[in-house]
Amino acid sequence: MKPFTFERATSGADAAAAAERHPGAKFVAGGTNLLDLMKLEIETPTHLIDVNSLGLDKIEKTPEGGLRIGALVRNTELAADENVRRDYGVLSQALVAGASGQLRNMATTAGNLLQRTRCPYFYDTNQPCNKRNPGTGCGAIGGYSRQHAVIGVSDACIATHPSDMAVAMRVLDATVETIRPDGSQRKIPIAEFHRLPGDKPHIDTVLMAGELITAVTLPKPIGGRQIYRKVRDRASFAFALVSVAAIVQRDGSGRVALGGVAHKPWRIEAAEAEMPNGAKAVVARLLAGAKPTNENAFKIKLVERALASVLAEAKGA
Amino acid sequence: MRTGGEHMSNPEDCELKGGASEESEIVHNDTGITRREFIIAGTATVAATMLPTLAYGQTPQQPKLVQPQMAKVALKVNGTSHELELDTRTTLLDALREHLRLTGSKKGCDQGQCGACTVIVNGRRINSCLTLAAMHQGDSVTTIEGLGTPDNLHPMQQAFVKCDGYQCGYCTAGQICSAVAMLNEIKAGIPSHAMADITAQPKLTGAELRERMSGNICRCGAYSNIAEAITEIAGRTV
Ligand SMILES: Cc1cc2nc3c(=O)[nH]c(=O)nc-3n(C[C@H](O)[C@H](O)[C@H](O)COP(=O)(O)OP(=O)(O)OC[C@H]3O[C@@H](n4cnc5c(N)ncnc54)[C@H](O)[C@@H]3O)c2cc1C
Ligand code: SF4
Ligand code: FES
Ligand code: FES
Repeated sequence: MKPFTFERATSGADAAAAAERHPGAKFVAGGTNLLDLMKLEIETPTHLIDVNSLGLDKIEKTPEGGLRIGALVRNTELAADENVRRDYGVLSQALVAGASGQLRNMATTAGNLLQRTRCPYFYDTNQPCNKRNPGTGCGAIGGYSRQHAVIGVSDACIATHPSDMAVAMRVLDATVETIRPDGSQRKIPIAEFHRLPGDKPHIDTVLMAGELITAVTLPKPIGGRQIYRKVRDRASFAFALVSVAAIVQRDGSGRVALGGVAHKPWRIEAAEAEMPNGAKAVVARLLAGAKPTNENAFKIKLVERALASVLAEAKGA
Repeated sequence: MRTGGEHMSNPEDCELKGGASEESEIVHNDTGITRREFIIAGTATVAATMLPTLAYGQTPQQPKLVQPQMAKVALKVNGTSHELELDTRTTLLDALREHLRLTGSKKGCDQGQCGACTVIVNGRRINSCLTLAAMHQGDSVTTIEGLGTPDNLHPMQQAFVKCDGYQCGYCTAGQICSAVAMLNEIKAGIPSHAMADITAQPKLTGAELRERMSGNICRCGAYSNIAEAITEIAGRTV
């Protein structure tokens, strides 16, 4: 790990301003992704701003009838929250499908959204990787690509976003709230928060330098049967090969977002018109134009089957 | 190729091996480069292609810090307060093991994947390898040394002894800390992936136990006895 200076921020505005004062700075929340990457010197901040004491660890009702989740709310607390379990069940299910009990006790809402890819070439500093070192090439294209993206890929990068929580946030139409070093605040719809790789795969999100996430808000609950289905190589403590977050209403209409298939949680609202016509029809629209590799083409069929099973479960209840 | 030779006991085999390595000096192509030269040249090429990599690793405006930076942190560990001044890079695990000499917590993977470093901070189990000591100003940490002592074992420690919940013991401190905190999580109603209904109150079934303990890997595969030990204690508390 490279040396760095350390400070504990006391307010959101304070933290964002500190980030501007130190060009090589990063925020640290749970540390579960950042420290892992710092040990490998994939992330090399020269200054760490500890955001754990900002008081952003509350879950509150919004005047609109939704929920405001502080950026520092731990994954365990969010999954266990009574309102989340009752009204946004897909989110609780996605959270408990991720990582381990110990990690969820540290991992935060903001950190989870901002976790970086698990592409094995990104982690192996001996390998070329445009995300880690722009311009060096992509080891996964033409390499071992079983876990990689099938849609929204570019010639520069085929990595997936590894978060389970973010997929549920996408199907729930969450909004990310931030504060910038100049004190201004903005609200970013989750659909626009994560980027596709394009020719700049080293940039994962639309956040700007020094911009701090303060909260994630959820709109008023929409009811329906909410299901998160994660398919992985072992039954627990593994990242998704594919995952499906679905909200199915009584009349068969609903919403679907996918994990494990793209550089961001994948949702095409237009495909949801096909919900009453079954999984095959939905996936045909949702993954139209997919460009899988020979090694990960199975994901398309897997998504279809996972969604079929989710729709069957929703109907049965 | 050479390393294979080290394990050979037959001197004739070794000689054969020696012959083969001499043969490798033969020029195999028309560039006139021997294999040994080729390997050396190859290494240099790797080093050269690594250069842009390093250059990209840091944005130009970033100041370079080469000296270790220090930070002060006050921690309460197993009931005792400590004021430490540490290299900012020190993880909580390294602070416990290297600075406070509490070597019960183990470093398995150092990447959050094995659970050997599990300790209880402010009542919650965490991986001490993926958190900095400096991030725990004022926190209360309980390690395996604080759960019980050799003459006065914690009930979970007793159950592990009774049920033989280990073989080499490397994962054991993490398993025990994790199990103690896990039972409290069930009591507090924290849901898990094993629940069919996420709004229900959790119960400690076999499936729940396996799911909730999946962050603790045992290379020796002592899982069935670990599960037995935890179930025995759970029977009394959950
Ligand atoms: C072994 C292992 C298995 C895992 N398995 C899964 C899994 O199955 N599913 C899954 O979804 N995840 C999994 N994870 C990932 C885990 O969920 C993330 O590491 C975690 O959510 C990151 O949150 P954090 O608070 O620890 O982030 P940190 O590591 O503290 O930060 C991550 C990034 O976010 C930035 N950041 C943090 N807070 C803010 C803020 N408020 N504003 C702006 N920037 C901020 C940091 O600067 C950093 O760049 C796993 C992790 C490990 C180690
Ligand atoms: S897929 Fe993306 S993250 Fe993986 S090696 Fe290629 S550029 Fe890097
Ligand atoms: S050493 Fe911390 S999880 Fe393996
Ligand atoms: S007892 Fe050896 S690793 Fe678990």
